[in-house]
Amino acid sequence: MSAAATNNRNLELIGFALIALLIMVVLPLALDIFRLNLIGKYLTYAFVAVGLVLCWGYTGILSLGQGVFFGLGGYCMAMFLKLEASSAANTKIQSTPGIPDFMDWNQLTELPFFWVPFNSLPFALIAVIVVPAVVAFILGAAMFKRRVGGVYFAIITQALAAVMTILIIGRQGYTGGINGITDLRTLLGWDIRTDGAKYILYFVCCILLLGSMLLARFVLSSKLGRILVAIRDKEDRVRFSGYSVGDFKIFIFCLASAIAAVGGAMFTLQVGFMSPSFVGIVPSIEMVIFAAVGGRHSLVGAVIGTLLVNWAKTAFSESFPELWLFAMGGLFIAVALAFPRGLAGIFTDQVLPYIEKLWSRNRRGQDGVVVPNPAPAE
Amino acid sequence: MSVKRPTDLSLSRRQLLVGTAALSASALVAPHAMGETLPTATVNTTGLAVTDTEVTVGILHSVTGTMSISETGSVQAEKLAIEQINAAGGVLGRKIKFIQEDGASDWPTFAEKAKKLLVQDKCASVMGCWTSASRKAVLPVFEQYNGMLYYPTFYEGLEESKNVIYTGQEATQQIIAGLDWVQKEKKANTFYLLGSDYIWPRTSNKIARKHIENKLKLKVVGEEYFPLGHTQFNSVINKIKLRKPDVIYAIIVGGSNVAFYKQLKAAGINLTKQTLMTISVTEDEIDGIGGENIIGAYACMKYFQSLDNPNNKKFVAAFHKLWGDKTVIGDVTQAAYLGPWLWKLTVEKAGSFDIDKIAAASPGVEFKGAPEGYVRIHKNHHLWSKTRVGRARTDGQYDVIYETAELMEPDPFPKGYQ
Repeated sequence: MSAAATNNRNLELIGFALIALLIMVVLPLALDIFRLNLIGKYLTYAFVAVGLVLCWGYTGILSLGQGVFFGLGGYCMAMFLKLEASSAANTKIQSTPGIPDFMDWNQLTELPFFWVPFNSLPFALIAVIVVPAVVAFILGAAMFKRRVGGVYFAIITQALAAVMTILIIGRQGYTGGINGITDLRTLLGWDIRTDGAKYILYFVCCILLLGSMLLARFVLSSKLGRILVAIRDKEDRVRFSGYSVGDFKIFIFCLASAIAAVGGAMFTLQVGFMSPSFVGIVPSIEMVIFAAVGGRHSLVGAVIGTLLVNWAKTAFSESFPELWLFAMGGLFIAVALAFPRGLAGIFTDQVLPYIEKLWSRNRRGQDGVVVPNPAPAE
Repeated sequence: MSVKRPTDLSLSRRQLLVGTAALSASALVAPHAMGETLPTATVNTTGLAVTDTEVTVGILHSVTGTMSISETGSVQAEKLAIEQINAAGGVLGRKIKFIQEDGASDWPTFAEKAKKLLVQDKCASVMGCWTSASRKAVLPVFEQYNGMLYYPTFYEGLEESKNVIYTGQEATQQIIAGLDWVQKEKKANTFYLLGSDYIWPRTSNKIARKHIENKLKLKVVGEEYFPLGHTQFNSVINKIKLRKPDVIYAIIVGGSNVAFYKQLKAAGINLTKQTLMTISVTEDEIDGIGGENIIGAYACMKYFQSLDNPNNKKFVAAFHKLWGDKTVIGDVTQAAYLGPWLWKLTVEKAGSFDIDKIAAASPGVEFKGAPEGYVRIHKNHHLWSKTRVGRARTDGQYDVIYETAELMEPDPFPKGYQ
């Protein structure tokens, strides 16, 4: 078993290296900027999937509201960019120049107080991480401290997603409503819409994603990671051993939310707008599906899963504009029925034993470090 | 990708086209560019998807998701127009080929697909979008990659782009003439404004309120908004009964309409006696509401299916032939039909497919074959068109009871209404 554990860890590293090679070298060389920009967009969802591996795959907290955090990160970024795009010169046609266009349409005559700090990029960048983390903390503290978990927690996160959507759509003068915050142009004077900028943003996105994966890997392979797995598999025993289960859960939930929010901010930068259609229940569940298809116990699997599902979505919908949803539905059902542990599960169950056989022939007798078994004790 | 075909092949194809068009009885417009030798290199200097025999355009609407009910009509109208243009010889002698993409009722998807149609498919123009949100999402894409969008929906205005032709009405065109009419014909003094809670109803009601209060010197006795998909209208109906406005001015959209009109009827408000004017219920919506629930209501649009003119008779017949007798044709569907035709006429006026040239050539382009009658493109890229008032019948159609004598000038940034 311990040899297998070493292998698992080596495999994760190999997988990580392959992903890095794929997104940093192969795809940029193989694709034109339009397709690469699409991949960049998919990769922003992969941040959410990485967060879900942490809190769902390893800690057993199923959140169906990760879109909220993705959206909050995206909105914080979008608010900064929108203010920059709404200079008095750009908006002189409005009744009140110098405020975002949608505020003018909604008869606002001055910038709302909570928009004012977003004139500063450092503030906006800090807000991208802090705002979602604080929301996650409040929700986590309210739930986990009272030992609310499992299905109930999932339902609460869904409610949060619904509440956020209604709030954003309902207060359109302050948020842009259902249209979202659109027509973002420059970041500190740097035009983010050019092809050159798209390349740079793509690589920034890749580096941040790989960094998030490493951070997640670091957390999981630490002692903390083992406690998380223990919480997932037998929460009460961990509590009886004297650990404060609630604190651990709050921490990992906040971390997952912050990672998702970084994805949201990168989305805004690469796509050029943010809209409430990412915050609702459906996109949040879709993000869970990405992680499920890839395998919720594998960081590499989650990223691959996100890429594959989104690529399939684009490909199906381009080929069969009126029927593509059926193809997607079929894909999800097939995955859920045939491979409940996702693509990474197929790999560990089917492919790995063969590799292990070859491996053990050479490395018999060597002991490895014990790392948490990625699969739950089901 | 513009792959050059061997000239002899293209010639024979073109001759074939000439033959088809000459035989075709449905040719609506005199073949303009037929047989002309306009080499692709001169009519397409920016690398659009134009060959010697074909030109590719995009159709970008939601055919899945909540908006598909509304947008399907637009897709059908655009396909019909393309078919008719091809039968009449195409555009500058080139047949139109279309690539359809699904916006899936999701604004980011619209942006992605718009980018695909422009960057990868190099579409010479795109017919598409329905909601303002989807238009706002694709607008930066069209401006950045210099594409041309023909947008069919009546909308709130406050926008003008070199890269968009707005074939529906902007808000003042739809609202002002209707209010003037209702004041004159119904001797109305008090108005109650209702709307779904998003940018179009809010902006439209803002214009309506300014017109009612400042120009007509009448009174607004209430203004309320409901979230999209709202179905409980009892409390506002009670308020309406209490305040007894002369006119209920309703801009409720989508599925909420069904609940609203049924509850009005159930509350004993008879629309044949209480004046109600809407700018959001076309024949398509009545299909869902049920004619008996809305009979007597007035709608202010630029087009009704029942419009009595030769263009429209031909259009309705062709539409029914292609898509079935049961389909109804609403205002937006007709506006979507204008898109491909206006593009064709503009390209032929400009003598080029280049976006910059058609953007410059658009002002002044007139389409005499429009089902709504005559339309002309204004220099702000919106259409001059007439405003009409219709009254709902039980069979889901409108009787056209008033139309403006003149074409209404589009004014997307109306002074005094902002």
